Amino acid sequence: MSLEYDLRSGSISASKHLDEKLDLQGWVENDLLEQLKMMQLIRFCENKLAEMRRQGKIGGPVHLGAGQEAIAVGISKYLRKSDRIFSAHRSHAHLLALGSDPRALFAEVLGRSTGLTKGMGGSMHLWDQPNGFYGSVPIVAGTVPLAVGAGLAAKLEGSNDIGVVYFGDGAAEEGIVHESLNLASQLRIPVLFVCENNLFSSHMHISQRQPLQSVARFADANGIKNQIVDGNNLLDVQAASEELINFIRSGEGPAFIEAITYRQYGHVDWREDIDVGVNRSSEDLALWKNRDPIRRLSEALISLNSELESEISNQTKELLSLVDLAWSKAESDPFPSPSSLLGTVYSAVSK
Amino acid sequence: MSAEKLTDYGSAIREGFAYLLKSYPEVFVIGQGLWSPWYVGNSMSDLDKEFGVNRIIDTPVSESACTGAAVGAAIAGMKPVVVHPRMDFMLYAMDSIVNEAAKWSSMMGGQATAGVTVRAIINRGGEQGAQHSQSLHSWFTHIPGLRVVMPATATDARDLLIASVLCKDPVIFIDDRWLYSESEILPQVSEIELRIQGPKITNVGTQVTLVGAGFSAKLCSDVAKILAAEGISAETIDIRVLNPFDPSLIIESVLKTGRLVVIDGGWSNSGFASEIIASVTEQIDPISLKSSPLRVTLPDAPAPASSALEKIYYTSADDVAAAVRASIS
Repeated sequence: MSLEYDLRSGSISASKHLDEKLDLQGWVENDLLEQLKMMQLIRFCENKLAEMRRQGKIGGPVHLGAGQEAIAVGISKYLRKSDRIFSAHRSHAHLLALGSDPRALFAEVLGRSTGLTKGMGGSMHLWDQPNGFYGSVPIVAGTVPLAVGAGLAAKLEGSNDIGVVYFGDGAAEEGIVHESLNLASQLRIPVLFVCENNLFSSHMHISQRQPLQSVARFADANGIKNQIVDGNNLLDVQAASEELINFIRSGEGPAFIEAITYRQYGHVDWREDIDVGVNRSSEDLALWKNRDPIRRLSEALISLNSELESEISNQTKELLSLVDLAWSKAESDPFPSPSSLLGTVYSAVSK
Repeated sequence: MSAEKLTDYGSAIREGFAYLLKSYPEVFVIGQGLWSPWYVGNSMSDLDKEFGVNRIIDTPVSESACTGAAVGAAIAGMKPVVVHPRMDFMLYAMDSIVNEAAKWSSMMGGQATAGVTVRAIINRGGEQGAQHSQSLHSWFTHIPGLRVVMPATATDARDLLIASVLCKDPVIFIDDRWLYSESEILPQVSEIELRIQGPKITNVGTQVTLVGAGFSAKLCSDVAKILAAEGISAETIDIRVLNPFDPSLIIESVLKTGRLVVIDGGWSNSGFASEIIASVTEQIDPISLKSSPLRVTLPDAPAPASSALEKIYYTSADDVAAAVRASIS
């Protein structure tokens, strides 16, 4: 039986398919090492933010995506700088996977003028259009129709760029998602819907919120081509992304990926054991840490070529010091000037 | 030489659309009922045939997603117009308007804007009742980042539409079906800059300042005519742009006339009429007022369906004239 069967029959966490070893056959080792490096960079950035938040050095909330890195990294492999990517409150991985600068992310989280949104947005409002990241905001599902519109714009312009939107299983409970799916399908808009189903919305398990645990059924209902993948298996994500993104670029209309995953931190900030005041299951956490996407990929690489062990170990050290350096630079960056408060409400140019 | 022709307000809006669609490939229009004269009157007749259904997009019954899609297309560099044939239905789209479009520039540090135009039509009367009648302009004036425009004349309907669409900021452009048959000779199209537009004096007077936007601006002119016949000289001001709001012209006028009467097609509590009176009175010495400022608004009730109740619900020029007379005598 397939992962999809397990999901549709309602027992997501229990699916043994989520524990399968990665099969690297057909993939290029150097590419995979690069992907691993990006996943590690994201993990170390998230861990850094968790630690700094714990220490009180970050004033605002941070929603961390540790454990979910394979999804953004796998999808971004098939994206271009001219695509239009949108996200939500848990967006750091989506942004960094496009090649964004960790220092600018850190500076933004710290409210500094060198940040991605010049200190005006903080962790939950990020922007890096030169890298294809059109924006993330924390109203649940708020950016879903925006990505549809950005895809529509690409279609009207005659390019074959696409819109992409990352959202969670909780967002699938918002009405706007269903309108957006219908509209995109009806107008054959080039947009990829990526639902990261990490089983929780804030403190509520999906079984407490929806009668079925998989949300890809909403794509089916709107006639949208879709795949359900193991979101902690980079190769699964990449295979689905390649197929669906090619499908979208060929003008066939939208597509939908549901990636099953789990966040290693609670809904917000650094605690592993608590979701907004509600205790998390330590068994679940252990189960899913065992399915860590970074560990699964590096173990598969090393079992194929044992010489990679020291390479990965060196790579890890380099990344950790890169992240430390990015943080210390961001910490000494300046705050925005008072004039930016009123200066950005309306556009500075007339047309 | 042929005589210059009169153009009505609805046709003027259509001229604005045609000009934009001809001149700017990045303009497109999305919304419900755009292929039907029933929804939007004569304001978009046959635009789909002239410019194609890819640029004049009639849609599923999804105000929220269509507005969000227009906002997203604007963020991606297009100049979209999303049309809501009745403002009441647009309430489904509040997140895209208030949380996304209005705040995009500020949230993104001024590096990106959502230059969308949300065209909202006030379509009331005719026994349509509570959910087919509202004038909710005041709500949107509360939100920094939104520009709110209400044209009262055919020329403004065309030229402020063009200015709204060309503006980089999100604009709520509100037109009123009660104005669609108002006609005038239109000048040549001119691309005016929205951010330097504001209130205009439409009739110079000395004894009272009458202020309104959209259909209420027309009522002001009607009232001024009634009063003129009785020897009362009223100055009328058409607000045109409600947000960001520049009250300086109104302040100047009230300093001259000493009396301020504001007509608003919305409700009284926290309505735009209150904003006008507050903006003026906090800037002037109370001694310069000859009578208390006055708001003429809808009664605080949803719109009725019965024609008997509609007659007392909606403001008439005669009602306002009577109120002005009382404040002067």
